[in-house]
Amino acid sequence: MPAPREYDDIPGTFVFDGRRSRRGYGLNKFLMSLNDPANRDAFRADEAGYLDGFRLDEAQREAVLDRDWLGLLEVGGNVYYTYKLAACDGMTFQDLAGRQTGMSRDEFARMMLAGGRSIDGNRRTGEAAGGKG
Amino acid sequence: MADLVGGVGCSHVPAVGAAIDKGTTDDPYWAPYFAKVGPARRWMAEVAPDVCIVVYNDHASAFGLEVIPTFALGLADDFPPADEGYGPRPVPPVVGHPDLAWHLAESLILDEFDLTLVNEMPVDHGLTVPLSVMFGTPEAWPCRVVPLLVNVVQYPPPTGRRCYRLGQAIRRAVESFEGDERVVVMGTGGMSHQLQAQRAGLINVDFDLAFLDRLVADPEGAAAIPHVEYLREAGSEAIELVMWLVMRGALPAGVREVYRATHVPTSNTHNGLLVLEPT
Repeated sequence: MPAPREYDDIPGTFVFDGRRSRRGYGLNKFLMSLNDPANRDAFRADEAGYLDGFRLDEAQREAVLDRDWLGLLEVGGNVYYTYKLAACDGMTFQDLAGRQTGMSRDEFARMMLAGGRSIDGNRRTGEAAGGKG
Repeated sequence: MADLVGGVGCSHVPAVGAAIDKGTTDDPYWAPYFAKVGPARRWMAEVAPDVCIVVYNDHASAFGLEVIPTFALGLADDFPPADEGYGPRPVPPVVGHPDLAWHLAESLILDEFDLTLVNEMPVDHGLTVPLSVMFGTPEAWPCRVVPLLVNVVQYPPPTGRRCYRLGQAIRRAVESFEGDERVVVMGTGGMSHQLQAQRAGLINVDFDLAFLDRLVADPEGAAAIPHVEYLREAGSEAIELVMWLVMRGALPAGVREVYRATHVPTSNTHNGLLVLEPT
């Protein structure tokens, strides 16, 4: 087992370190392939078939096909790579972030307009919550 | 001898580029941010640098996970805007400065900074959005650009101190270049933002303002901030702020703060703009 890291107690955060990079290598290769418009067309035409060209495990395939935006991070996706799939679906970065928090698009946008998510209560897992939103 | 005439810190938010590209900068959402951009643009227009060294990170555009250079320098004659997954930005190609870039490569590597050298690559919003913020929508960019890439996507990025020292080496290299170019160094990215997972949307204005104060007045102190502090206090993507330390290192200890503005929100980010001149 890899040793714990000093940032592991930051809540709701996936630091893209070597552990996640190794886990997500094939998945992120697929996601980056969407930089090419021909690949985007091929993926849209046959999502499952297109994924066969990459080394994804079953959990990663499901996360892609189900558009499980938070799950994609859990199976090794990096957020910048994941955004390429979201953009392929016509989403903005704010749409993607909102989906990962479980808030609606409007709720998330309103939170940002009100100054964003507070750091209070969000530094460490288990910290007394003072500023959830 | 080339002259390093100033430094700029500038966030590189894709939505800011989209607002400029779509002409929506006067919309109620964007107008307050773009009102703050004016003084920085006017400074840039007055200084009229021949070259900008733009310190930025690639976001899975030129580099994937196959090869991950910690520092990389662009040597090409020109760099096309990248397709990042939604078509390239409608901005002019970025014209390089191979003479200065090769001089930087030789100087910095012999100064013990082991750069990766890049002869061909597209450039993404990390580089082109700061150009749009500072120059607007010209038919051609008014200066040449030397791209300097820093990995901040794959943990761990280089330390703040290493970035600051690289900036100091850039100053030495620029000053030993046999040309009369006027050079501005831009550090891009940041400030507080988290784009991912349940904590997405984190903003910490107090952290950011304290960072800017330290960056200006106590850069060695700012350079000592450990990675975990950026991650915890300002969000997982705020670690991009180490790139502002490259810019600060390229300026002398004494600087004049010409302009500072910050704005929240620009999409998910506390946006920062900082202009410094050597004293």
